[in-house]
Amino acid sequence: MSVALLLRRMPWITRLGLLLVFLFAFLAAFGPWLAPYPEAEPVADVWQPIGTVGFPLGTDTLGRDMLSRLLYGAQRSIGLALVITVLSFTVGSVCGFLAAIAGGWADQAASRVVDVFMSFPALILALLVLSVMGSSLPVLVLTLAFIDGTRVFRLARAVAVDLNVMEFVEAAKLRGEGIWWIARKEILPNALPMLLAEFGVRFCFSFLLISALSFLGLGIQPPAADWGGMVKDNAQAIAFGLPAPLLPAGCIALLTISVNLVVDFLLDQASRRSRRG
Amino acid sequence: MLLQIEDLRIDGTDVDGNSVEIVKGVSLEVDRGQVLGLIGESGAGKSTIGLAALGYVRPGCHFAGGSVRLDGQELVGAPVGQLLDIRGRRVAYVAQSAAAAFNPAHRLLDQICEVHRRHGLGPRAEAERFAVELFGKLGLPDPERFGQRYPHQVSGGQLQRAMTVMALITRPDLVVFDEPTTALDVTTQIEVLAAMRRAIREQGAAALYVTHDLAVVAQMADRILVLRHGAAVELGETRQILEQPRQDYTRALVSVRRGAHERHGGHERSVVLAVDRVDAAYGAQQVLFDVSLRVERAATVAVVGESGSGKSTLARVITGLLPPRSGQVRFGGEVLSNDLAGRSKDHRRRLQLIYQMPDVAVNPRQTVREIIGRPLAFYLGMHGDALRRRVKELLARIELPAHFADRFPGELSGGQKQRICIARALAAEPELIICDEVTSALDPLVADEILNLLLRLQEESGLSYLFITHDLATVRAIAHEVVVMQRGRVVDSGGKDQVMAPPFHDYTGKLIRSVPEMRTDWLDEVLAGRV
Repeated sequence: MSVALLLRRMPWITRLGLLLVFLFAFLAAFGPWLAPYPEAEPVADVWQPIGTVGFPLGTDTLGRDMLSRLLYGAQRSIGLALVITVLSFTVGSVCGFLAAIAGGWADQAASRVVDVFMSFPALILALLVLSVMGSSLPVLVLTLAFIDGTRVFRLARAVAVDLNVMEFVEAAKLRGEGIWWIARKEILPNALPMLLAEFGVRFCFSFLLISALSFLGLGIQPPAADWGGMVKDNAQAIAFGLPAPLLPAGCIALLTISVNLVVDFLLDQASRRSRRG
Repeated sequence: MLLQIEDLRIDGTDVDGNSVEIVKGVSLEVDRGQVLGLIGESGAGKSTIGLAALGYVRPGCHFAGGSVRLDGQELVGAPVGQLLDIRGRRVAYVAQSAAAAFNPAHRLLDQICEVHRRHGLGPRAEAERFAVELFGKLGLPDPERFGQRYPHQVSGGQLQRAMTVMALITRPDLVVFDEPTTALDVTTQIEVLAAMRRAIREQGAAALYVTHDLAVVAQMADRILVLRHGAAVELGETRQILEQPRQDYTRALVSVRRGAHERHGGHERSVVLAVDRVDAAYGAQQVLFDVSLRVERAATVAVVGESGSGKSTLARVITGLLPPRSGQVRFGGEVLSNDLAGRSKDHRRRLQLIYQMPDVAVNPRQTVREIIGRPLAFYLGMHGDALRRRVKELLARIELPAHFADRFPGELSGGQKQRICIARALAAEPELIICDEVTSALDPLVADEILNLLLRLQEESGLSYLFITHDLATVRAIAHEVVVMQRGRVVDSGGKDQVMAPPFHDYTGKLIRSVPEMRTDWLDEVLAGRV
């Protein structure tokens, strides 16, 4: 299906979502260059209101420029969430597919290990690992990707188990195809819609998890800006009737919604196609 | 006139939201005491017309014109309250799948009497008495207590009869049967048909009988309306339709069921496949007992039996999906490994399988080229131009145009998908193809085309077929030899002429007598013969 046709089919709400996703992606890519001030330097009085001359979004709890920190934070928050989600999906779905196709003890072993990790609440497990290993960026990424990956594994395996008993997979096995070929050519294309839907949700969850960890002080370390941490830093402003924490919170919400608008549309397209066949 | 449908037109929408005509100006009349059969392939609009007799259209469809009158009362565009009053009370509906139509959480009697209560037709005790009477008339076991059971506690055939009771409980003027016996075994089908016919006659009700099986409708209907693509092809007395069809399409429908092909040339043949004394089990449950058979080169062996006879399990053993407990499978003189993993690529190539449901046998997200091309690349190492050329040749052999190579299975009809499955098997250049009920999911005309294709391919390439089926008309059409299975054992085998002609083996005879024949008095004869 051509891109032009896809665009023409989109309802306006999906176009809006897509536009916002592109906007966020642009800000994430070029944020540091667009930012008028450095991210960590106090440049004005504390908690200047929105619309102050020179500081269109005001300043934060230490007098740092809110707009600049949001732009820096965009790169860090979105980039991290993206890396974590892509990583967890690659590993999780590959392992899930292989476990489902192989079956037997390999499937049992992998599934039980995953069960063990899934029995811990994600946040507690993340806190545990991060407080033992220290909160560096690679540790953060790998930990969250692993935790997310266990969830993806469960989904990918469940979908693949259903597909694995379909006759076209049986036909491939009878032909003598290898497990890797079956996973890639027979299972993946049919599991993609479901994985795509989960991707939209997981992306936002890992975003929120990073925010939560930053909020608890174990995520991204100050003075580096990230949206979750910014909500925490400025939380007291609410008590004074200032909107400062609502700005990063609003960004998180807006990104979450726009990603899901796009994913919804893709899902709808996928189900249309499979309904026809 | 009880039901009068005039120039009925119903429109629907397809997945892309385009309007399509489903019923294109059909007229028909049914009077009290009459049964009208609606027959046609899927997509003929026969179920849609059946539902229209209740003043109902499926979601997404709407009446585009014409009228449906019950005793002179117009149903098209009638207020919902009026329709609700008519449905179930004056016009009742018996659906194709009784298992899906009953609520598993309630007892049968409660569900049956609900219609009676909803229409305020009197005390429940009266309804119960009548239900018990109907249970008896429809030949259900232990009528007094049958209603106390839950849907899962009775068989498919009994459930289908229970649904007929549900339809008749309000003494309706008209009953619409929508393929009520399609899901049943041939032997059960007879009992259900006989019971329905008796019940309708005794109540003096009229009926619309929707089906794709001409032989079934021949037992039920006084007149038959043949439909195709939403339009009427031919309307006539049942006997006239069967014996002197006026339209080409009707003639094609009738001849499909009567069709027969003869075996060609009879020279010395070598054995391709030999199954020797195979026992097989799923877990603790043994499914195959001491099964042996052989298939000769360029010959077709049909394995027949009811569902549960183990014929599909036999296919799984031969293909290596289910290792047998004992016994062996020999192929071209060599012993095949019991286990799929132990079989060589060459063995796998020479033995191909075609499935019953073409919809799930091809990957919906691969193009036809990918589906057919994969065995070529995998077994024969073809690629590039050679592969493209070969895919084109294969498409030509299965009589599909070359541009189909770039289509997805979703864009093909059921028959075309089955052709793709055949092409995929052919691509491997096999010696034996196992056909597992390959025509039972297809409309009769399409099924006949597929059988003809398989026969032609056999003549061209000297293929052998192991044909698994429960349809004896198919066996007559293509088999050279027949193996009859019952409960996991081979009970009868030999040449087709020997097995399928008197004197019959007991079980073979029962199977053969259970297949509806295209005579209007067939059902009466069978029932008379049973007493």
